[in-house]
Amino acid sequence: MTLADATVTLSTDAAEGHTLSASGVHAWFGSHLVLEDINLVAEANTVTALIGPSGCGKSTFIRILNRTHELVPGAQMAGEVILNDEDIYGPSSRPTVVRRHIGMVFQKPNPFPAMTIAQNVLAGPKLNKIKVTDPDELVEVSLTRAGLWREVKDRLDKPGGSLSGGQQQRLCIARSLAVHPDVLLMDEPCSALDPTSTRRIEETIGELRDLITIVIVTHNMQQAERVADHVAFFLAEENEPGRIVEQGSTAKIFEDADDPRTSDYVHGVFG
Amino acid sequence: MTAAPTSVEPRLLLSAPTRGDRIFRGILSGSASLTMVILALIGLYLLSGALPELRADGLSFFTSFRWTELGPFGIGAVLYWTVTIALISLTIALPVSISLALAITQYASARVAAVLTILIDLLAALPSLIFGIWGLIFLQPRLVPVSEWLSQHLGFIPIFNVHGTNFKSSAFIAGVVSSLMIMPIITSIAREVFSRSPQGEVEAAYALGATRWSVIKTVVLPFGRGGIVGGAMLGLGRALGETIVVVLIVSPTFLISPRILESGANSVAALIALRIGEAHGIAVNALMAAGLTLFLVTLLVNMIASAIVSRSRSGAGVEL
Repeated sequence: MTLADATVTLSTDAAEGHTLSASGVHAWFGSHLVLEDINLVAEANTVTALIGPSGCGKSTFIRILNRTHELVPGAQMAGEVILNDEDIYGPSSRPTVVRRHIGMVFQKPNPFPAMTIAQNVLAGPKLNKIKVTDPDELVEVSLTRAGLWREVKDRLDKPGGSLSGGQQQRLCIARSLAVHPDVLLMDEPCSALDPTSTRRIEETIGELRDLITIVIVTHNMQQAERVADHVAFFLAEENEPGRIVEQGSTAKIFEDADDPRTSDYVHGVFG
Repeated sequence: MTAAPTSVEPRLLLSAPTRGDRIFRGILSGSASLTMVILALIGLYLLSGALPELRADGLSFFTSFRWTELGPFGIGAVLYWTVTIALISLTIALPVSISLALAITQYASARVAAVLTILIDLLAALPSLIFGIWGLIFLQPRLVPVSEWLSQHLGFIPIFNVHGTNFKSSAFIAGVVSSLMIMPIITSIAREVFSRSPQGEVEAAYALGATRWSVIKTVVLPFGRGGIVGGAMLGLGRALGETIVVVLIVSPTFLISPRILESGANSVAALIALRIGEAHGIAVNALMAAGLTLFLVTLLVNMIASAIVSRSRSGAGVEL
């Protein structure tokens, strides 16, 4: 399964996890440096949380991890991102294949409004022209993993836009899972949701951990503490690019941070 | 006061506008109603001019194929050719415009997109006479071989069949030239709706591994459908009213034929432009009746266009 591969395996085999590691990542918009020398390893089958104040480059970084950063005009990057021993920016890798292996859930739920719930889940295989042998099963498995199956199983033919915000977000998670990615990136997936929906998504993240590697951007410290195994604290000082101030296990970052800025931030002194 | 004593009437909500508000509102509603008044005056004037002819020829004015010095008159063939030329130009302009709008919004770099947009707007600003002269002198000799090729190889299809050897002055050539004139308006409306494609859905599709083309197919085109249909109708409206290109290029006929590559076509606008100078008596009324027909048809097409555009998800707020 290489990144230049035009096919995708739709196996449900979770025995072998996938580690995503970024090294020496820099990012620019035009000539403006926004991220400097980011080194981060998202270990297989763990949840890595990226925290930090707004404008410190977390979202830019997470978009670099699946080659969506380059869709912004003028966006540039340096460094390497390695998945399954291959640089996703290497000469033989294709962005479309990379994005299928490294899925993404966005801040604002974005189901395709003209499609039904089932069609939304199947949109990934369809966009990639992948033949699905048992679409009904794929819909059920994906929605179950996203924690939405019980709520929508009787109305799969209703438009995706008819769901509540929290349900739409879980539909988007199911849609990402339906192409069986190795890694799932989540860019503030709960910031537009109410507390109950947020808890459901966090439960979902906890269950998905066994299947895939997750990287999540969040502004909610309790959320980072609840869902993450590993936390990286990003900070951009005034007129400086974003850097990782400190990273480590969740317990270490929240209880015993080395840098005073980290402990100030996670305990709500600033940010 | 006869209702139950507990009933509460909703209050009339009043507000005291400032003098500035009142003046501004007056100017705005004045100009808005002025356009309605002008439209109504034109319609009424055409109707009063057309009535004597419509009384003389009745419904056969719309269905018969004849035009003599002092009547009877019939614009059946003229209407047929008007619609045919408009449809030919739409058939050519629509795919070109959609591709152009996709190129500008989805593929071109910001600088190329800006240059293309300016060029297309400039094209829209050229007087139709320029298109007509260029079409007549430059394009027609180059289109005749195309017509010949089409009739040789696809002549078994009735519309590509040709009797005789005259391929000039045909509905096809007039349609090609007017397609160049309606392309800018369709392109600019399509460009507008495509550029409003919901960013969230575009990103969602990319994040699922979609190629640029599948993003266009899944998100951009379905979202822009209303705008495309509306823009096409608007282009159709323009093509229906196109005058000078048809006057310069086609050789007028009052007979119907399916053969669009063959010399001879017509249009209501061209008919009026050619005949109004020397017309007298009932012939003037007949031309006014033709004008009234064109007025109503284009009004209808344009109204349908704006209704479709403003009701579609993408078109709300697009200026027509």
